[in-house]
Amino acid sequence: MPDTSTAAEIRLEKLTKVYPGSDEPAVKDVSLTIPAGEIVVFVGPSGCGKTTTMRMINRLIEPTSGDIFLDGENVTHMDASKLRRRIGYTIQKIGLFPHQTIFDNVATVPRLVGWDDQRTTDRVNDLLDLVGLDPSTYGERFPKELSGGQQQRVGVARAMAADPPVMLMDEPFGATDPITRERLQNEFLRIQADIGKTIVFVTHDIDEAIKMGDRIAILKEQSVIAQYDTPENILSAPASEFVSDFIGSGASLKRLNLARVRDVEIDQMLTVTADTPATEMRRILEDLDRTTLLLLDDEGRPIRWLTAKDIDKISGTRTADTVGMPVIALVEPQATLQDALDEMLRSNGGCAVVVDGQKRYQGTVDMETAIDAIRNLREISEEHLRKERDAGSPAAGASATREEGAA
Amino acid sequence: MSSTTASAGALTEGPTIPRWLRYAGTPVVLALVTWATLAWVFSQDLLSRETALLNTEKIVDETIQHLYLTVVATLVVLLIAIPLGIMLTRPWSKPVRPLFLGLANLGQATPSFGVLVLVAAITGNVGNGVAIFGLVVYATLPVLRNTMVGIQQVDDHVIDAARGMGLSPLQVLLRIELPLAVPVMLAGVRTTLVIVVGTAALAVFVGGGALGLYIQNGIQLASTPVLVTGAVLTAVLALAIDWLGGIAEDLLRPKGL
Repeated sequence: MPDTSTAAEIRLEKLTKVYPGSDEPAVKDVSLTIPAGEIVVFVGPSGCGKTTTMRMINRLIEPTSGDIFLDGENVTHMDASKLRRRIGYTIQKIGLFPHQTIFDNVATVPRLVGWDDQRTTDRVNDLLDLVGLDPSTYGERFPKELSGGQQQRVGVARAMAADPPVMLMDEPFGATDPITRERLQNEFLRIQADIGKTIVFVTHDIDEAIKMGDRIAILKEQSVIAQYDTPENILSAPASEFVSDFIGSGASLKRLNLARVRDVEIDQMLTVTADTPATEMRRILEDLDRTTLLLLDDEGRPIRWLTAKDIDKISGTRTADTVGMPVIALVEPQATLQDALDEMLRSNGGCAVVVDGQKRYQGTVDMETAIDAIRNLREISEEHLRKERDAGSPAAGASATREEGAA
Repeated sequence: MSSTTASAGALTEGPTIPRWLRYAGTPVVLALVTWATLAWVFSQDLLSRETALLNTEKIVDETIQHLYLTVVATLVVLLIAIPLGIMLTRPWSKPVRPLFLGLANLGQATPSFGVLVLVAAITGNVGNGVAIFGLVVYATLPVLRNTMVGIQQVDDHVIDAARGMGLSPLQVLLRIELPLAVPVMLAGVRTTLVIVVGTAALAVFVGGGALGLYIQNGIQLASTPVLVTGAVLTAVLALAIDWLGGIAEDLLRPKGL
């Protein structure tokens, strides 16, 4: 995708919100720099003011005091509607316009900022493709004709439509079931790898924060920043008891959310297609001393696991794709090891098949690989911390400062 | 008003009755009823004071007058109640909301006959103006209330998303809130139309003429043909307008809802 606009840095300075009729501020003196092109996750218990803080960035909530800078420009007092056209916005409840087609929904901001029809049409079609919805099939449908996951994809496409340098996402995948959520998260990470926007992402789920965030801001009451750091550092060195309580037990397990399938060594299975004669299959198993084969379809997509017993069942009337165990556990390279382990456990197997965006076979990853990877991660981060401590670096695991964020 | 609520279910209605039949059935029945009534009326031995009323020209004139009162009163209601309804859903109007709703409620709660006569007594006037004024006072509430309810029932998240994408408050109103309020608003307009067309039969008491003339004279002259003509034509007119309202609701409802 030809993206010309660059991501913008967001800087919040002593941002405070006091609601009328309340003595205590809902958000108190938040200062924070969100580096251009990174995903920063605001995470914290409910009522900590994370959504309020996010909504002050596009001024859906007007700050009582403090300043907001976008790419160095003070936007605290500019026309709010104009500001919002530069900031993508998605929310948990999506809020698609029910009386407009999917195409018109996505075209909202490009039309607002005066793009011509051709440019708008091209952009909307590109975006629908990008989020995996065929424009000719879905463009003229209405939101209620789409599933929850599809609507969520449209919501993300709509937020990106005018190519804003900054996006705000308030629990964008929170309303979907776990499997759809995992898929949407992975798709979004794949898209972000291409577009590199500055993204503020709000969630209450620390696992999601670890998975999605380049940095995480853990917020406590009144949006006071308890720690602002990379997921690795937050897991290795929680800055306070509040942070370690919030991460909860099993910090090592949570590292599974940090490592991606593409980072670990992928194994190769023996693969056959339905055209392969049964005798040939048996020969391969015996020659190479393996117990299972992976059956691929014509497009190279995995469909069945075949053992020697399964192969015996193949006859003139039973083709290879009707015997053996169906392949259930599928992961994409950008999925986390946590996702991969989930898939393995769900499918009752010891390994998951890695596939690309078109569901074509890439390799497999098994449980031992995943566990080794976690062990490595922990050693690396402990090593890293030890070095920082030895060097007397003040930044290690300390609570956030603007300088650190900007570094 | 049962017809209004019934139309709300039209979307979920199965293929039991084809749409064209629903649309075509009503006018056929109404035309038959009108024809049968008039045929019966004209087959009676009529006295001269009855034929003064029961001739085609006079009947057409008074029917047109009845329609005139209905349409003008409804238009005035729309002009007042829709902007007022929009205004009363803006956050800044919260303090005055009960006042306006109270006034509209008062207008409708007072018996329609009372409203008309009261207006005539207070202004010391009779004629079309007074009749229309009385009808407007009486029939504003449905449009006002449905405009407000229609706008208030729009999903908050849809409005939040619209504002978050940079639509100005006016754009949010015109592109999101009003289109999504249309079905509820149309139901209100249809209710008002039906109320007005029925109540316009009372306009005769404030010098507004219309089909009420036949009902009033029918009673005074103790003439069944005159009374039946007025009663049946008023009913037919009300049903015909409700039928038109139903079609309008179907056609104007935004797609996708």
